[in-house]
Amino acid sequence: MYIGTWSRRIRVTFCFSSVALVILLVLGEVQPAHALPAFARKYGLRCSACHESWPMLNYFGQKFKDNGYQLMNDRDSPIWQNPSYWPATFRITPIWHRVSTGKVLVDAYNTGAAIPSTSAITRVTSSGFDLSGLDFHTAGTLEKNISFYVLPSSDNAGNFHFETVMARLDNVLGTPWLNIKLGKFELDNLLSEKRILTLTGNGGIYQLYHFIPVGDGNIFGQIGDNQLGLELMGHSTNDRTRYSASILSSSDGQPGLVYGANSYSGFFTASQAFDVGKLGVDRIGGYAMIGDAPTQWLTSGGTPLGGTGIGNKSFHREGVVGQFYFGEHFDLQVVTQHGWDNAWFGQGYGDAIDIPGTLNNLPGTSLPIGSRAPTWNGVLVEPHYVYSPTLIFIGRFETIRMSQQATPGTPLNLGDITTYTAAVRYNPFMTSRAGFAWHNEYNWLHQDGTGPTLGLTPSNVNSSEFLTGFDFAF
Amino acid sequence: MNELRPMPLVKIVASLVLSAAFTVAGSAQDQAPDVGPHPNVGRSQMESQIGGIVGHSDSGRVKYDYVRYCAGCHGTRGDGNGENAAWLDPKPRDFTMATFKCRSTPTGMLPTDEDLFNTIGRGLVNSNMPPWNTFTRQQKADLVAYIKTFSPRWQKEKPGDPIPIPPEPPITIESISHGKYLFTKLECWKCHGPQGRGDGPSASTLTDSKDQPIRPYDFAESSKDSRFKCGTTNRDLYKIFMTGLDGTPMPSYADIIKPADAWDLVHFLRVLQVHRPGRENEILAAAHGEIPPYVEKPDGQKSQAQPAIRPPSGMGSE
Repeated sequence: MYIGTWSRRIRVTFCFSSVALVILLVLGEVQPAHALPAFARKYGLRCSACHESWPMLNYFGQKFKDNGYQLMNDRDSPIWQNPSYWPATFRITPIWHRVSTGKVLVDAYNTGAAIPSTSAITRVTSSGFDLSGLDFHTAGTLEKNISFYVLPSSDNAGNFHFETVMARLDNVLGTPWLNIKLGKFELDNLLSEKRILTLTGNGGIYQLYHFIPVGDGNIFGQIGDNQLGLELMGHSTNDRTRYSASILSSSDGQPGLVYGANSYSGFFTASQAFDVGKLGVDRIGGYAMIGDAPTQWLTSGGTPLGGTGIGNKSFHREGVVGQFYFGEHFDLQVVTQHGWDNAWFGQGYGDAIDIPGTLNNLPGTSLPIGSRAPTWNGVLVEPHYVYSPTLIFIGRFETIRMSQQATPGTPLNLGDITTYTAAVRYNPFMTSRAGFAWHNEYNWLHQDGTGPTLGLTPSNVNSSEFLTGFDFAF
Repeated sequence: MNELRPMPLVKIVASLVLSAAFTVAGSAQDQAPDVGPHPNVGRSQMESQIGGIVGHSDSGRVKYDYVRYCAGCHGTRGDGNGENAAWLDPKPRDFTMATFKCRSTPTGMLPTDEDLFNTIGRGLVNSNMPPWNTFTRQQKADLVAYIKTFSPRWQKEKPGDPIPIPPEPPITIESISHGKYLFTKLECWKCHGPQGRGDGPSASTLTDSKDQPIRPYDFAESSKDSRFKCGTTNRDLYKIFMTGLDGTPMPSYADIIKPADAWDLVHFLRVLQVHRPGRENEILAAAHGEIPPYVEKPDGQKSQAQPAIRPPSGMGSE
């Protein structure tokens, strides 16, 4: 009897721990940030000069970034700074949040039974005080027109990795049309996920930037993840016109040559801003990621070996971006995406290094008859109401719809995502020294068919989270 | 009967001291600043005219933009005392004085709306004022109008007329030579230094109209992108010393030199920008880097170029 009770407790604890672990991992993975009081301190500008609301950049901040973290006012070189100045900033967010995940498969117990008699599906809800991870930014200029960014970032357990490490040659040959960046960096997404204004597990990322169809093995097309590569970027003096072209290792930003033997991707953007008088400056643009990634791995004892991936198969993502401002208070950010993965990815070939059990496209392997390339379409719409530089209301609607499943007969809506996010951030002060926001947010996410299957019909999953916390940087 | 007794010396001295003290105190009170919180006086609404765009100081957006982008340095009252002002050098402009460096108008006059508009978009080199060229034209026009609300001068005075700028004459080694002569004669070198490095003998003593130390422009250091405080072109440079930089020790030379002489000075100043690729430096290079001496003729005519000789120590190109 005692043993049975203890065993049940362990199992329940294990289930809750698993859910909590998933939540923690998600939180650990979505460190936004990249607001740098270090820049504000260097130039003596308020946060609001560069941030629509910290950390999201406004147009002037985007130009500052595109210039290599330079105002282009002859004070950009560090030689102009007090020798004690070090461009470093940390950011962390203590929070309280309540996370509710529907359709979790758990063991069910009959009263007094030591062994679960059957399975059940239940909603798991947990709440408590928590932390985000820590971002430790250091960035700026090494010399006029040579900039850098190093960002060791931790999850909320203190496990660090390099989120960003890059150096950039700015204004090469004296023209803003030629800037060359090398390292691990954020892709040139006009709507930056690294500067996202929301913090919850599902709302703190753009689902569109990370979408992978159910059963798909391609992790390499996530445009929201920082990537290793070389970027060529250019812009007009006033940043109205921008372009970028990057060549990336198909490694999803993971260092160490752990994936393909020779796999690369390209990421391209172009945009144009327009002066629309009293409304402000609006921008429209487009992006595309085109690449290939391995599906076949050498093995040792049956285990895939890192760095041996061959059998590259292709994938691409493309979409349009709109940044529409309607006067000083209201703006609308829109991103669309069409995604396409080779049928091999759709059948589960791809990252066999991180995902045990991923299929290996060994010689002689063939695709199941009728296999097709999975495709999908998505859109995200993010309105902001900026009451003042210190108070912003944020909303977001995202939906992603599969337009073709890899395997005929699969329900077309399997894996479809719909999510809503609403948040308000209040910055009680606005100086060049530090950033502080009282952040409140609610997110609701629905995904079709990814819950546990009871009977013949896969269940849908609804998750929600409420979060409140102090988001600060210094 | 009461006996009339003389006042003790101690009381006399005390009375005198007290009287003097009250007098001094009263005088000090007359000279004391207006202490205490200032009443929030409503400012008059202003407009600006930039081409076909009319800026309004009471447009819905302009105060928002001023607080977001400008107030950190220039202060919410426009007095140049934003929270970052203490750390900045040079100090942010005090809009309440309505004294501006970059103008197309004669010295002492208010600038035109377009002068302020251009300054916002161009920024001020060698200062913390960046080019705000991300604003829409309407935003900049509204900010110009808003800046004008900080000083009553804008209600009492009108901006001056822009100074005439004659067409630039051809750049020749003679014009460079004459410019060099003027640079010496007008004692520009006393502040800007013999080689234009901003290290003249008076440089360390200069202060602006608010008694803040100020450095002369360093032509040699700032030459790569050819930016001056108030522009980048030869016309801008001409304008700088024909209008002066109000609020700084840089005077206007409009009453001292003729327009043609001013252009010669422009041509010489350009060769002080030793790293700048430009017509002036090409001509100097063609002259083997030597500026021939200028010989003033009795009738005021310019001299012909003399056989090249090495310029005086510390002058000319490198």
